[in-house]
Amino acid sequence: MKGMTMTQKILAAHAGLPYVEAGQLIEADLDLVLGNDITSPVAIHEMDKMTKKTVFDKDKIALVMDHFIPNKDIKSAEHCKCVRQFACKHDITNYFDVGDMGIEHALLPEKGLTVAGDVIIGADSHTCTYGALGAFSTGVGSTDMAAGMATGKAWFKVPSAIKFNLVGRPSKWVSGKDVILHIIGMIGVDGALYKSMEFVGEGVKSLTMDDRFTIANMAIEAGGKNGIFPVDELAIQYMEEHSKRPYTVYEADEDAVYEEEYTIDLSALRPTIAFPHLPENTKTIDEIAEGVAVDQAVIGSCTNGRIDDLRCAAEILKGRHVKKGVRCIVIPATQKIYLQAVEEGLVKTFIEAGAVVSTPTCGPCLGGYMGILAAGERCISTTNRNFVGRMGHVDSEVYLASPAVAAASAVTGKISAPEELGL
Amino acid sequence: MKANGRVFKYGDNVDTDVIIPARYLNSSDPAELATHCMEDIDKEFVNQVQKGDIIVAEKNFGCGSSREHAPIAIKAAGVSCVIAETFARIFYRNAINIGLPIIECPEASKGIEAGDEVEVDFDNGMIYNKTKGTEFKGQAFPEFMQKIIKAEGLIPYINSK
Repeated sequence: MKGMTMTQKILAAHAGLPYVEAGQLIEADLDLVLGNDITSPVAIHEMDKMTKKTVFDKDKIALVMDHFIPNKDIKSAEHCKCVRQFACKHDITNYFDVGDMGIEHALLPEKGLTVAGDVIIGADSHTCTYGALGAFSTGVGSTDMAAGMATGKAWFKVPSAIKFNLVGRPSKWVSGKDVILHIIGMIGVDGALYKSMEFVGEGVKSLTMDDRFTIANMAIEAGGKNGIFPVDELAIQYMEEHSKRPYTVYEADEDAVYEEEYTIDLSALRPTIAFPHLPENTKTIDEIAEGVAVDQAVIGSCTNGRIDDLRCAAEILKGRHVKKGVRCIVIPATQKIYLQAVEEGLVKTFIEAGAVVSTPTCGPCLGGYMGILAAGERCISTTNRNFVGRMGHVDSEVYLASPAVAAASAVTGKISAPEELGL
Repeated sequence: MKANGRVFKYGDNVDTDVIIPARYLNSSDPAELATHCMEDIDKEFVNQVQKGDIIVAEKNFGCGSSREHAPIAIKAAGVSCVIAETFARIFYRNAINIGLPIIECPEASKGIEAGDEVEVDFDNGMIYNKTKGTEFKGQAFPEFMQKIIKAEGLIPYINSK
């Protein structure tokens, strides 16, 4: 019998099995089922067709209104109304609406709803974020969400894994975003298709929790089923500060089987940018020979709307001004982060620099609202996808980057690293 | 069970944003979603697609967002089957869960062109290119997934248990 990866151990425990191996089909118990204002209405409609009309556990369902709220139009208001009524009818404990909502993948760890050892499904592809805390979490569709809400179970094919051994320490303006963009550039948008991405090595220690959330968040952009980090002191400290729930630490066996292994020297990484129209089209800042002019900079999203991200952007924008003709939109991911940004003076810095600061929303990331692009426009964005038409017109372009690069680019009006500003 | 139709052909990494752009996700009505299906990569798709037609694509079909609206839009547009070299995993789950037949077959992906007449036999996984007179063997589903497909989706399957 071969050893198990961290992901396989968590899945085995939740399937009530002593051992699982890659390719095995299992049914696992769920610790949390998540949905948002776009995916939940479809799930609620599916639940209406079920014989079982009740939810499995009102405390283990999270409904977060975050994509199109405060509602951008009548149809999205109808969607939120549908979810609100469902949450009320089933007395859902973790229902978050205007006033206490945040972008789901920033909000749930902050609220202490996701901890190490959990199995979590969410009807949102970036549900893989919670792997930063040592949980198995993965995106599913609305029908899986409906079945999960009713039964508390989901079927999985046990994934094989790719090991990323991180060594070294990143330089000042290199963050988790650069790490994950580098990896996606290296293995491609289907490089981890159906597989776990397990991040290990002494380099993990030099990554903040916000860096790790960013890295796990974008595992899906390499096609991964989940991304996962070992549970170290920093992760334990985060969980103890945010959660009252017990956590379970799983570690990969020493003889666990990995399909591929990569070593990544964090100290050698440079600010990395994904060019249109795939997250794998990466270049380092040094490989961009000609100036790429931008019309808009977005700093936010479930990938990069956390406090570290805002602090980094503010450090660059402090005492500087967004270039005339460029729109810079800053979106704190949760109400708590927003308040923290106000108290730390970051919001003042952004406004004085000529940026706008929005209430938490997924808005522009998926071309919903709050920063839609016209034909031919270009945006440097800390979000996670740069597909055709992702942020607006089919002829617009999205360049994915870190908060440091997005903020520096907002000042210069072209894709730039902070070094260009003498930082 | 068989599918039979004319082929719309696409390349690698067709993402769910181009299958159904987020600007239309303020609706969850299948018929309405179908009117915008594939709009950002193929404006003519919705005008030309006929009931029973088949989509053939290359690698990683349905990557990106987990929106179930994507397979819902494809199914509601009348497409009877999607054949691809590989599928992104959430799209794969979603298609099975809502009863949209899909099949992985790298050889078929290479050997079928836009406009070809194709028949798919789901019972044995065979794909016949009637225009070119060629045939391919698609990857069979595990037994567990076949049960969901036979029940026409995850919800009817759970209801029947």
